Amino acid sequence: MIIYGTALLAICHLLGIFLGDLLGQLMGVKTNVGGVGIAMLLLICARLYLQHKQWMPALTERGVEYWGAMYIPVVVAMAAQQDVVAALRGGPVAVLAALGAVLICACAISLINRMEKPEAIAAAEETLNLAKEAHHA
Amino acid sequence: MLETFEKAALNNGLVTAFAFVGLIVLLSVALSRYLTLGRVHGSAIAIVIGLGLAYWGGIHSGGHKGLADLSLFGGIGLMGGAMLRDFAIVATAFEVQAVEARKAGLIGVMALLLGIVLPFIVGASVAYLFGYSDAVSMTTIGAGAVTYIVGPVTGAAIGASSDVMALSIAAGLIKAIMVMVGTPVAARFLRLKTPRSAMVFGGLAGTVSGVSAGLAATDRKLVPYGALVATFHTGLGCLLGPSLLFFAVKAVMR
Repeated sequence: MIIYGTALLAICHLLGIFLGDLLGQLMGVKTNVGGVGIAMLLLICARLYLQHKQWMPALTERGVEYWGAMYIPVVVAMAAQQDVVAALRGGPVAVLAALGAVLICACAISLINRMEKPEAIAAAEETLNLAKEAHHA
Repeated sequence: MLETFEKAALNNGLVTAFAFVGLIVLLSVALSRYLTLGRVHGSAIAIVIGLGLAYWGGIHSGGHKGLADLSLFGGIGLMGGAMLRDFAIVATAFEVQAVEARKAGLIGVMALLLGIVLPFIVGASVAYLFGYSDAVSMTTIGAGAVTYIVGPVTGAAIGASSDVMALSIAAGLIKAIMVMVGTPVAARFLRLKTPRSAMVFGGLAGTVSGVSAGLAATDRKLVPYGALVATFHTGLGCLLGPSLLFFAVKAVMR
């Protein structure tokens, strides 16, 4: 049943947010710490376990995959409700702080990623593409 | 007749949002194919259209939630709100290759720390150059350059004034928008190809909204890896901002 997949996703989501809130309280910060990340790890573990037990029929998988595929439209909706007016009204301090942060981070990302070995890149790209083909088959 | 249609759309906000976003994506894919000959990703165009509509909505309504403040598009607020956004991000984890993610664990943590400290230093320095030379304002604006959530959380904790808070939110928002729009353009320079590179990107670029939209517009397969790291960014920033980073600024400025 397709709802099993969506329910599994929902349970991982709630559990992750809950654990993230607890983690935040433990650390004494007012926000959630990594709740979504924890939820993602839970879902990865649940998938590996259920596939190993062969308790994961294709229909159940589709209940999760639908929401994964809805991701880009959701992001478009998210973009449409940003406070762009306020962001542009912030003036030069905000623009320069943001621009400087983005530029320096881009250089750091580029530098770190250039340190990855070419063979490792080729291998990783292959697994990514294989995974995608298997998905579509 | 038009009134009846408007009422139907108003009473079914989320459904209206699905239809509306579907049309935006359809238009973007067509623009990508025929105007840019596939060179600019359809999702990148869709996100830019979304941001443009947010600006238009903000001007017309005077609110803070872009297009979602116009009652006809209220459903956009639900569809693109934190609940469904996080739900969809978690769902993308379903495609993660656990082995690849584990291999990049350590470098991801390193990127995460750099992704908080570097923007913070830049933001605090810019604040200083513009005359915000007290430790509280420098820390708040620096934290805003980390993400637009870390800024106000830090500012509230250390007692910043509201105009400084507004500046720090603005800095974070502009950063998120720059990451959303700039990532697909800079993908080659950033060497965004592998799960490891996406995790480095997620840690350093921060902001879940920026990272998730930027990667979505670059390569959909890389989204879960970047998001996995980026979701720890805000929490860690809120932890370090009002504590370690604030004390460091105070020590330097004395």
